[in-house]
Amino acid sequence: MGLAKPITAKDADEEDKATLEGLVADVTAAARFTRQHAIAAIYHAGSGHPGGAMSSADILAALFGAELNLWPDIVNDAHRDRFVLSKGHGAPALYAVAAHYGFCSPRAALALRKLGSPYQGHPHVLDLPWVETSTGSLGQGFSVALGMAMGLKLQKSQARVYTLLGDGELQEGEVWEAAMCAAHHNLDNLCAIIDYNKLQSDNRNDAIMRLEPLAAKWRAFDWAVAEVDGHDISELLRTFRRAAATAGRPSVIIAHTVKGKGVPYMENIPAWHGSVKLTREQAEEALAALGAQRDEIREFLDDRNG
Amino acid sequence: MTATAEAPALIGSSGDSLREAFGKALAALAGEFPKLVVLDADIAGGTGVHHFRAAHPDRFLQFGIAEQNMMAAAGGLAAVGLLPVVTTFAVFCLRAVEQARLSLAYTRRNAKIVASHPGLDVGPDGGSAQALEDIAAFRAIPGMTVLSPADPLEMAQATRAMLEFDGPVYMRTGRSPAKRLFDEDHKFEIGKGQIVRKGKDVTLVACGVEVARALEAAEHLAEEKIDARVVNMATIKPIDAGLLARCARETGAIVTAEDHNIFGGLGGAVAEALAASNPVPIEFVGVKDTFGASGEPEELAEHFGISAPFIAEAARRAIARKGKGK
Repeated sequence: MGLAKPITAKDADEEDKATLEGLVADVTAAARFTRQHAIAAIYHAGSGHPGGAMSSADILAALFGAELNLWPDIVNDAHRDRFVLSKGHGAPALYAVAAHYGFCSPRAALALRKLGSPYQGHPHVLDLPWVETSTGSLGQGFSVALGMAMGLKLQKSQARVYTLLGDGELQEGEVWEAAMCAAHHNLDNLCAIIDYNKLQSDNRNDAIMRLEPLAAKWRAFDWAVAEVDGHDISELLRTFRRAAATAGRPSVIIAHTVKGKGVPYMENIPAWHGSVKLTREQAEEALAALGAQRDEIREFLDDRNG
Repeated sequence: MTATAEAPALIGSSGDSLREAFGKALAALAGEFPKLVVLDADIAGGTGVHHFRAAHPDRFLQFGIAEQNMMAAAGGLAAVGLLPVVTTFAVFCLRAVEQARLSLAYTRRNAKIVASHPGLDVGPDGGSAQALEDIAAFRAIPGMTVLSPADPLEMAQATRAMLEFDGPVYMRTGRSPAKRLFDEDHKFEIGKGQIVRKGKDVTLVACGVEVARALEAAEHLAEEKIDARVVNMATIKPIDAGLLARCARETGAIVTAEDHNIFGGLGGAVAEALAASNPVPIEFVGVKDTFGASGEPEELAEHFGISAPFIAEAARRAIARKGKGK
């Protein structure tokens, strides 16, 4: 279960140290499970995007474990916080973190990309009650999150909206339409996080279409900008709190990450971005690297139908 | 009289056009639909929603000239319980078809898209501005209801019906002054076509501005003792297949008429429905897979072959084909 976030938006740096340490331990465990589960699901599916799932696991675990006012029993509450996975191809990591925090069964969520399973290759709102909108076409989730933030403000809700974007996604023009719009409407209840792993489908960002100077772009669009190590959980938690306390402007957190993080043979190799098929040996090696014990590896990888 | 500093009137923003009828109806319905919000991309004077903006500025959401973001954001507004109506020109709706597909239709949001300036009816702005593909594009999206009312009264009724309906809707209005066709007892219903003129020799099935032209064509045909039935098919999806089957059985020949490409629009919908139930000769009146051009709407209708004489000629062809298996 996620933990309640502080009620007052006090300066995160002054937050009770013991509470923060407890949260970090909880989120670290969630992130480890997220990576393991995502690898197992992609292995069973025979396809999927492991690189981005690994790079975003810490961000997702920090959001679900410590930042979002969102629990399995309030997924229909009008005043819940919303999370939109704008980089919809990160679905295996989203399903995994949701399974860890009790939104769905970990075993059921291994049925990734199978006919009849609600765990489609990209998240679908009509399949899973805790998915806020369907994504998979880059840029759109960001606009939908913006619409949610605008609508919540209109209805005087205190709820916040968080959305995770890929770095390659920022090449979509719609992202910058939305960035301009969110700032114009002073949507300070909107927080975008960029999984900045520097790689996209075919190559490095800077070989495909340069994103830098990235922070300067967002500043020029009048967003509150923070840059963090996307694998440093306590830094992520503090930055989320600071973003929540930012008035008058939307916040963007540029999270520097490593594609394939935690699986040495994947780290920083573009080939692991795309939809790939994992062999049993590759899956076992990845799970071992991610700290799974031998019996856990067997539990994750044994035939789901057997 | 001395010169005044008043702003010039926007050309075409007054008069009894379908877009003005829509805008006035929307403003009048705001009280009844408290969740209604209107999305605009810097074109409120053109789409008719300036009426709504004047009456309810707090529920009028400005998105700037950025239709993709506006279209997808409507999905977010609907997701948090509001009733968003996206408004822009039909041609710019085409720009955001994929946003409508994923963030409104695939997600089954209760969001509405209202497109002004469809077809050759746009007139002088020319080919780039004349959307002749929008019905085809939106009709191909699963779960999308597609409407094209024919006169100001029906437009007001359709605006209410659209807001009462639960699900994504694409509705065409119109730029140019529209003829008043129906009297106060007219009743628009989503999914229902209406026989607006009785006849037994051929059925002219039309939507939008072509309904007036189809009625005019029926008058010409009557002079030749051809008794043409006219159907106002204001809902293109879901098409009223029952009424079409009946008309095919009773009149034995069909003509479709639309201010749209002959491919993929009303004609396609009618042919799909009748191919399965009652294959009879069908003739299609529409823009023949080409782009428009500058000109006045009536000139363009003549030039591109969608005016009343072309509908009448199509009716003669359809009748001539009856019973010939071709």
